[in-house]
Amino acid sequence: MASPLAQFEIKPLIPIELPGGIDASLTNASAFMVLTVLSVTVFILMGVRQRELVPGRWQSLVELSYEFIAGMLKDNVGSEGRKFFPFVFSLFMFIFFANLMGMLPYAFTITSHIIVTFSLAFTVFAIVTLVAIARHGFKFFTYFAPSGVHPIMLVLMVPIEILSYLIRPVSLSVRLFANMLAGHTMLKVFAGFIAPLGILGIVPFGLDVVMIGFEFLVAFLQAYVFTVLTCLYLHDAIHLH
Amino acid sequence: METEAAKLIGAGLAVIGLGGVGTGIGHIFASLISAIARNPASEGSVTPKAFLGFALAEATGLFALVIAFLILFG
Repeated sequence: MASPLAQFEIKPLIPIELPGGIDASLTNASAFMVLTVLSVTVFILMGVRQRELVPGRWQSLVELSYEFIAGMLKDNVGSEGRKFFPFVFSLFMFIFFANLMGMLPYAFTITSHIIVTFSLAFTVFAIVTLVAIARHGFKFFTYFAPSGVHPIMLVLMVPIEILSYLIRPVSLSVRLFANMLAGHTMLKVFAGFIAPLGILGIVPFGLDVVMIGFEFLVAFLQAYVFTVLTCLYLHDAIHLH
Repeated sequence: METEAAKLIGAGLAVIGLGGVGTGIGHIFASLISAIARNPASEGSVTPKAFLGFALAEATGLFALVIAFLILFG
């Protein structure tokens, strides 16, 4: 029986060798990334093609996702968050579609690789830090020294604050990656019990059916959590606590 | 053979952390239910926050689970 982790293996589909020995092959991971971007683009473009006053089903879905992210930004960042809408919206759609695409049979889940989620999280971290420094200049560093704290406590608080700020991209990326990896591995582990148990295999089979439903919830929830935390970080960057 | 046994024991030990996650998730939803019971009108604003807390608590448990998987299959 194949290992439950075999589904995450990266295989080159079209080998491309760049000069200098750099392997730039089109792998199943990059193919699914392209597929994710394509499906998001098709989803949005098909939705806005007709532009009816009374939206049809497809246009309603696109409007729903637009309003969902616009509302999230307004609630968590405030009116100044509007100019970050394109960034947050594309982030949410990419992660959500990548998670959903991973639920298709035989598909590859790109968000189950830490390098993908870490790149996303580090982009968020870099943008948030740059926004904070651009807005507040040197005053940004007062973020690490909360006001109203006793000076002696500050000795303890400042390193903790700096550490918790720097750990953000790690926790953000590991959360998404661990959820996807654990969910898909769990499905495979239970699927491996079905055939050897014979007639009793109906039990792990039923469990797998329930878990697939749960995985769809997780796919949405993790995309939501990733974007909500991005919004909270943006709020911190703009308002400094 | 002994490394195989040690692997299994280690994976078992790694998932002890899930006990805390179970307590945490139970606490989140217990608080959600009591909040809605006290003020049913607050359901719309409280539920998304509860699910955010649920996802954060669940993620910590999955860190333990990933370590267990890595020990077993990695």
